[in-house]
Amino acid sequence: MGTIAFRRKAADRVMKWLFVLCALLVILPLFLILFDLLIKGGKELKLTLLTDLPHPVGEPGGGIANGIVGTLVITLLTMLWSVPTAVLCGIYLAEYGRGKFASAVRFAADTMTGVPSIIMGIFGYILLVLPMKRFSAWAGAAALSMIFIPVVVRTTEEMLRTVPTTVREAALALGIARWKTTLRITVRTAWPGILTGILLAMSRIIGETAPLLFTALGNQFWQTRLDQPMAAVPLQVFTYAISPYEDWHDKAWAGAIVLITMVLLINIAARVLTREKR
Amino acid sequence: MGNVFEIHDLSGWFGENQVLKKIRMDIGKNSVTSVMGPSGCGKSTFIRCLNRMHDMTPGFRMSGEILLDGTNIHSEKIDPVYLRRRVGMVFQQPNPFPRMSVFENVAVGLKLNGKTHSRGDIAGRVERSLVMAALWNEVKDNLALPGTSLSGGQQQRLCIARALAVEPEVLLMDEPCSALDPMSTAKIEELIEDLSGKYTIVVVTHNMQQAARISDQVAFFLMGELIEMDKSGKIFTNPSDKRTEEYITGRFG
Repeated sequence: MGTIAFRRKAADRVMKWLFVLCALLVILPLFLILFDLLIKGGKELKLTLLTDLPHPVGEPGGGIANGIVGTLVITLLTMLWSVPTAVLCGIYLAEYGRGKFASAVRFAADTMTGVPSIIMGIFGYILLVLPMKRFSAWAGAAALSMIFIPVVVRTTEEMLRTVPTTVREAALALGIARWKTTLRITVRTAWPGILTGILLAMSRIIGETAPLLFTALGNQFWQTRLDQPMAAVPLQVFTYAISPYEDWHDKAWAGAIVLITMVLLINIAARVLTREKR
Repeated sequence: MGNVFEIHDLSGWFGENQVLKKIRMDIGKNSVTSVMGPSGCGKSTFIRCLNRMHDMTPGFRMSGEILLDGTNIHSEKIDPVYLRRRVGMVFQQPNPFPRMSVFENVAVGLKLNGKTHSRGDIAGRVERSLVMAALWNEVKDNLALPGTSLSGGQQQRLCIARALAVEPEVLLMDEPCSALDPMSTAKIEELIEDLSGKYTIVVVTHNMQQAARISDQVAFFLMGELIEMDKSGKIFTNPSDKRTEEYITGRFG
């Protein structure tokens, strides 16, 4: 065996292990976080965490039930108008968008993706909280929409672009009108990717804290009216974490576990519900 | 037998590049017409004019007239969507819809073309189309499988069934066998013979033997021009134009 062949094989092996090492480095933080959360939040992880309202400082027990409901309400509210808007806008960019207007929309969406989320909170505060003269779930959902929509617009567009032109041509050649070709053939073909984009964006907004600080504000009590300040798990985690009380710190860790579990469950549920029926 | 298509001085451009030069052609009802010629001679561009597939191509423009049963296909009386229901198309690469079953692939044209069909009606038409495309016996027990799970040749026949399901009058085929093995090619050729007489068929092909076997008439294209069009027997034995003869005898192309 010549030295060149030996060197080639050695280089091959070194590179392969380098790739594997980087893959391990990527997943390492996730496991460290999960491990840390379970150690520190484990003792507060009781059923009452999910069923009870927060208790005052010093009083043992209490939960974040209002925050869990609040997070679900605000997230659903956000998605209610953001999913159709973002997906339809993505369709516009992929299927119709040529020229300056489309480029401007694309540029705006990319820019918005990079804007720090607290800016969205301040914007929601100026746009909705000040005129309405109160913090509200509406304002929280509006702030989160500004994070959600640009991400989903771009992923939807990218996913539709992966659909081969031949698929669109086949549909048009059958005498199917263009809008039906787009919605019933092209979007259907790209749907798993579009859904993944929606779920990733949703996971992101469920955990957002900064945009809610100035909009939904948070609440220690039950509140399901959308025009009132509403609790949310990340806000409660934030409040507990910056407090000086030991038992609140433990609850912050437990709240973080709840938050991660919620994201996981919603992801799994959406996957199961939209699985291809055969 | 009247003419389905009458084409007068059809010219086409991609940007500044002229790809079709004053094509004149008549296509008889229920005949099989082959369009042959070397790569880049404008064959595909030509048949894609016949169902207005170029409408969506940025930078394409054309002049001249294409009459379908005497009506200009660019007149306001003809909606391109309806035109394409009358003039179906099969593409070079088999392109069944991904994420749709065999059944759905054939049914989708019926379901989305605006007319309402009962469930039984759709099932009947799907079966008839698959029978006509000589695919029914191979897929009748697997109608729920994804269309993309079939072999290449089967996928192409599925695409033919899909095109037939909406009951077109004309079937345009853009090199339908170029991605297929000889066995599948033979099946598709057989199928074209079966369909001729019921449908007007225009086939683009690179393959001269194929053109000779399946067609009533053959058109020879070269550099965007229609050099010669004649009965297939005549064009392969006694072509009028020297360039046709050179192409057929393999001196170029």
